[in-house]
Amino acid sequence: MTASTTPTARGDVRRPERSGVSGRVPWVLVVPAVIGMAFLVLPLAGLLVRAPWSTLTQRLAEPQVLEALRLSLVTATAATAVCLLLGVPLAWLLARVAFPGRRLVRALVTVPLVLPPVVGGVALLLVLGRRGLIGQWLDSAFGVTLPFTTTGVVIAEAFVAMPFLVISVEGALRAADQRFEEAAATLGASRWTVFRRVTLPLIAPGVVAGAVLCWARALGEFGATITFAGNFPGRTQTMPLAVYLALETEPEAAIVLSLVLLAVSVIILACLRDRWVNSP
Amino acid sequence: MSSRLFRWAVAAPLALALAAGLTGCGSSTPATSASTSSGGTAKTVTVFAAASLTGTFTELGKAFEAAHPGTTVRFNFGSSATLAQQITQAAPADVFAAASPATMKTVTDASLAGAPTTFVRNKLEIAVPADNAAKVDELKDLTDPKIKVALCAEQVPCGAAAVKALDAAGLKVTPVTLEQDVKATLTKVELGEVDAALVYKTDVIAAGDKVQGIPFPEADKAINDYPIAVLSNAPAGDLAKQFVDLVLSPQGKDVLTKAGFEAP
Amino acid sequence: MTPPTALDARLVVTRPGFALDLELQVAAGEVVALLGPNGAGKTTALRALAGLSPLSDGGRITLDGRSVHGLAAESRPVGMVFQDYLLFPHLSALDNVAFGPRCHGATKAEARRTAATWLGRVGLAEHAGAKPRQLSGGQAQRVALARALAVRPRLLLLDEPLAALDAHTRLEIRSQLRRHLAEFDGATVLVTHDPLDAMVLADRLVVIENGSVVQQGTPGEVGRRPRTDYVARLVGLNLYRGHACDQQVKVEDVLFSVAEHLDGPAFVAFSPAAVALYRSRPDGSPRNLWQAGIEGIERHGDNIRIHLAGPISAFADVTPAAVADLELAPGQRIWASVKATETHAYPA
Repeated sequence: MTASTTPTARGDVRRPERSGVSGRVPWVLVVPAVIGMAFLVLPLAGLLVRAPWSTLTQRLAEPQVLEALRLSLVTATAATAVCLLLGVPLAWLLARVAFPGRRLVRALVTVPLVLPPVVGGVALLLVLGRRGLIGQWLDSAFGVTLPFTTTGVVIAEAFVAMPFLVISVEGALRAADQRFEEAAATLGASRWTVFRRVTLPLIAPGVVAGAVLCWARALGEFGATITFAGNFPGRTQTMPLAVYLALETEPEAAIVLSLVLLAVSVIILACLRDRWVNSP
Repeated sequence: MSSRLFRWAVAAPLALALAAGLTGCGSSTPATSASTSSGGTAKTVTVFAAASLTGTFTELGKAFEAAHPGTTVRFNFGSSATLAQQITQAAPADVFAAASPATMKTVTDASLAGAPTTFVRNKLEIAVPADNAAKVDELKDLTDPKIKVALCAEQVPCGAAAVKALDAAGLKVTPVTLEQDVKATLTKVELGEVDAALVYKTDVIAAGDKVQGIPFPEADKAINDYPIAVLSNAPAGDLAKQFVDLVLSPQGKDVLTKAGFEAP
Repeated sequence: MTPPTALDARLVVTRPGFALDLELQVAAGEVVALLGPNGAGKTTALRALAGLSPLSDGGRITLDGRSVHGLAAESRPVGMVFQDYLLFPHLSALDNVAFGPRCHGATKAEARRTAATWLGRVGLAEHAGAKPRQLSGGQAQRVALARALAVRPRLLLLDEPLAALDAHTRLEIRSQLRRHLAEFDGATVLVTHDPLDAMVLADRLVVIENGSVVQQGTPGEVGRRPRTDYVARLVGLNLYRGHACDQQVKVEDVLFSVAEHLDGPAFVAFSPAAVALYRSRPDGSPRNLWQAGIEGIERHGDNIRIHLAGPISAFADVTPAAVADLELAPGQRIWASVKATETHAYPA
């Protein structure tokens, strides 16, 4: 994609920043910043300290763990793809097209953010479940039931993660200079061509950032997933579900599983970051 | 952005810590007053109880408060395993009522509780949606691949009991989901997402009209004992013992059996 | 003999607190400059022509006899060069130019060939692969021009095409732009606030103030006979409106002798350089003479510009030596005169 051109562009722009404002760093900012950092890092340190390192390799070798990890990565990635496919056009609509009720729609988009995920899962069941509004029709017409399937996991994760993408992309769209789109229109580009060849490449960093957030949120998703898709090893048991159940009987195993999930996602994000999100 | 990612991993231990911390702050003041003046005025008993006891214990708590004017009973309902963990992390509690001997054992092993007494037993039933559209009427029906079954995960007491019961019956059931607790399992039945589930009789009764319970003989092989104990460091000392006495009294038994529990 | 009218438009745009109503005819091959102060409506007019802002009731745009105001921007045969060029940052110079032809249905290879030809024409063949950020201001301007022309528009719109350039580049690009505009066979409308750009590039000037035309004509006509203070300032003349009676025009209390025979309302214009200053009242005719106070003194090129207040306010350009000789200072009272032969009068 054209996104791969962004880092160099950014790199050039970044140079003058270093010679920006100099002078003492104000304490009013540093103190809360350090506390904030500690707040985020200390619980992680707690996990690291309590982790039973000796059993780590042994746990990793358990097929159930690998299965859950694989399922987590696959579903989070699929959920991100779904979010991109639906969320980017939605963000475009919210940012570029004035339609009645736009503010309401914008507010509704953030609902999954404030809704407790478990409630989100129940809501999904009420709509897409076997006896749900749409679900019963899907069942009778196509014999498709979504709960307790891997597709169900993807749906639950996408539901919870989509706002992150929409908000991020809409922000990028609002910040992008719309005159580029006008310039493209004067050159004969239809709105679809403008979107595809001008808007999308211009907001690529925002889309990537949104997708990463979305992926990370989907990867950690627990409540909506277990409620809507249930928990079955190999089919719907993602890492967070495995961690939760391990916590019931073996807290140490839960810590190991958390760390595995954490390590894998950090490695993947770091690799992506180097390639794409090299923004300041 | 990776903080999002840490969310889950961080949330669990953090929640534990917070829960323990909050309970600690809340009960410390009344606890001291209780220990300094047993039989005095304002006193609080803090009871950690398995989630399945929510309805019955709340009722018993009210009765206890009525019988001991000026006394407050505070409850912390949750998964037995979580509660046990909070107690071992020094959450100040007076009474612990667990849904399984195993979770109680983690507390007694740490010498944090006196000898536990089994106060009730809970039995599994087959829960089916009110209309029982799949026409389930015995345990064997659950082996039919066309019938969607939800079980509790083996890690939680109702799941362990279900495995025991199915083993006893010599049946092999492939569930569509292994739920994280009995309430979640029951929700799936209530919404008609599954045709049947194995849950406790008490939960079937609590769910009212939305769920139908079908008893099955093999349930006797997987009876769940609920132990209760006064904790060694109980700040409310005597009151804690009195609360346990109430639970074990005929009055307590009456409340509990009405909810579907069986006497030990 | 006269080339056919390519663009025939009445641009009506009404917004709260602003109204534009402007008749505009541009012949094929003709370059018309829209001049006017900030907020006069120049850019609005250009956007309306491009289809980026809608016309209000009563507006119409006809291009080569075809009504286009109902068409969306992408369907109009219009090319536009934006003030800061708006080259797509993610595309190379070549792909920027090829963008238009591609949108008009050319294959990728065709579009790139066309683009290469245009880049060659503006002298940037060797910069085809460069990204916009690697181009200098002047190069970016030329890419923008090539991009606009590559769609073979019938109407070319230029919004402040030289405003973003430094003085040196501007000189060079201005003459190149003039050459490209001369080769272009469609109608061109350019917006500028720089009189020099307008004079050099345009065949005809249309001056807009507050949303309507206040004056139009060839650069020579407009330059010689400004009709508003704005135009007069733009072309660097002192301009007064007075009442003429034969070869005299009375402006406030000052009587000007002029060469032209006029009657009724008339304009008198003269250059600041034609004003002579005296410490005491000079002898001779009382015409073309008035007493003024010095309001301000500033550098103006190699000369000094004196701001005069009095019965009429005026600019006078004098040499630094004269300022020293006359010991001119703000607040001072002084006599000013202008030779009859240096004034220019025309009917208002």
